Amino acid sequence: MIEVQQLTKRYGDKTAVDNLTFTVRPGRVTGFLGPNGAGKSTTMRMIIGLDRPTSGTVTVNSKRYAQHRAPLQEIGSLLEARSVHPGRTALAHLMALAHTHGIPRHRVDEVIELAGLTSVAHKRAGAFSLGMGQRLGIAAALLGDPEIIMLDEPVNGLDPEGVLWVRNLLSGLAAEGRTVMLSSHLMSETALIADQLVVIGRGRLLADTTVEEFIQRAGGRGVKVATTEPERLRAALSGPEVTITSTDAQELVVDGMDSRRIGVTAAQHGIPLYELTPQTVSLEEAFMELTSDVVEYQSSTATTLKAA
Amino acid sequence: MTTTTITSRQGDRAPYRVTVWRVLRSEWSKFWSVRSSWVTLGLSVVVLVAIGTIASAAYSPGTADTGGPPLGDSPVALALTGMTFAALAVGVLGVLVSAGEYSTGMIRSTLAAVPKRLPVLWSKGLVLGVVTAGVTAAGALAAFQLGGLTLKDTDITLALGDDGVLRALTGAGLYLGLIGVWGVALGALLRSTPSGIAVLVSVLLIVPGLTSLLPDSVGDAVTPYLPSKAGESLTALHGSADLLAPGAALAALAGWAVLTLTMAGVRLTRTDA
Repeated sequence: MIEVQQLTKRYGDKTAVDNLTFTVRPGRVTGFLGPNGAGKSTTMRMIIGLDRPTSGTVTVNSKRYAQHRAPLQEIGSLLEARSVHPGRTALAHLMALAHTHGIPRHRVDEVIELAGLTSVAHKRAGAFSLGMGQRLGIAAALLGDPEIIMLDEPVNGLDPEGVLWVRNLLSGLAAEGRTVMLSSHLMSETALIADQLVVIGRGRLLADTTVEEFIQRAGGRGVKVATTEPERLRAALSGPEVTITSTDAQELVVDGMDSRRIGVTAAQHGIPLYELTPQTVSLEEAFMELTSDVVEYQSSTATTLKAA
Repeated sequence: MTTTTITSRQGDRAPYRVTVWRVLRSEWSKFWSVRSSWVTLGLSVVVLVAIGTIASAAYSPGTADTGGPPLGDSPVALALTGMTFAALAVGVLGVLVSAGEYSTGMIRSTLAAVPKRLPVLWSKGLVLGVVTAGVTAAGALAAFQLGGLTLKDTDITLALGDDGVLRALTGAGLYLGLIGVWGVALGALLRSTPSGIAVLVSVLLIVPGLTSLLPDSVGDAVTPYLPSKAGESLTALHGSADLLAPGAALAALAGWAVLTLTMAGVRLTRTDA
């Protein structure tokens, strides 16, 4: 469990993280989302004590990170992938980390195999591709057999097979009851892996919700129906597979039935419809809408033109 | 296979624990697992032995009494002619070991494993100091013995057992070891390889020349405490008025290393990584 409470980090007069409070719970995958520059990496750095909070607290399994006797056993983390000396081999890098905790050689071999690095274990990390570097970072994160796994943009640079591998690995870890937290700036990709979502923008909490709830709030996957007789339509459409929500007096959002069947059913009951629209709002759009006010480097044609 | 590997926990969790010795063990393995350590350390020994041997072979009787530099007249001083270059090499090695963690990003992995931080700094200093002192002392001994082969028929021949010879050769190792530690401290304090090397080179090579610009009284008081001068004191066979006694020189060198390490330690614990 990671508990972040009223966490604030300022660099000079720039506030990177602003009074952030959230909890990452065991047994599920928590997606930590935000546009670039939202403060995700800074928050993660503070979780493992690389940066000191300006105010507020953050605990890992109810202690400050530095107070743990074997920190790598509490939380394994991958921050920037290039946290490796390029001149050291993958094996030497992992051994150096393992030595600090008395982690035996066979555990190092295990994570090397788990990360699919066996064939390159004796190659220098500097020669690794981005994807290989990412795998080495994940191997290091798993080294201490930790309760919590925290990964910053883990699928960055991975090929489709690697993305699938990370996805399965993380769901497997969560299924064992471990706490998994991963950051991303891509909503659609995160929604595939995560159960819980913590969304931040400009260092502030924007949403702390489940993926299911987020999809619902984003308009679900349903069909928007506008009718003059919403109550009658609701009764006509209801069924075990169907959920109906309403956002407006004359509008229903129907999930579980396609627009053709809705139209036919309405015609059979003589209910007039004046709009029948399959929801096209994507998760990405909903995410962008949520964060649109707080995007750090919004592209603006107007200002570019003025500047030119 | 995959699932069993991940599941090796709960109930039978291994009692891992970070200890000071384990951090030292880790830094030891880190030191030997990058090529630059071998290259730089090798370079410092090669330079020490090669220049010492060549200087001894080039000695011809008579240069001593034609007013040559006072240190140029003993086999020990000839054997240690390469010490200035060796000091640069081991100092650079020290800077690489600590500042390299920042330039490569390795520091994030290191401090995630050892969040108490200070043991990392002590361990790096200790590893570098011990390795460098041991290896360069052996190099100094080799230079003296090799030089002795060409000096044995001249007027300045000396044996290993003669007064002060072993002390001076050990002193060379101690001096170079402490310069290595100081390099580690500089790198950790400045967190940049170029800055660390710049300060190192300035203090070792440039500052000693600049002290002549100071008023004599100040210059004479300060100069003996500079690392390079303290190194001369440690390796001199005979004391001299403008050098510290060997004990005081060792203390001065240790002072440079400890003071810089302390500042590096403060920066390491007080600021973001």
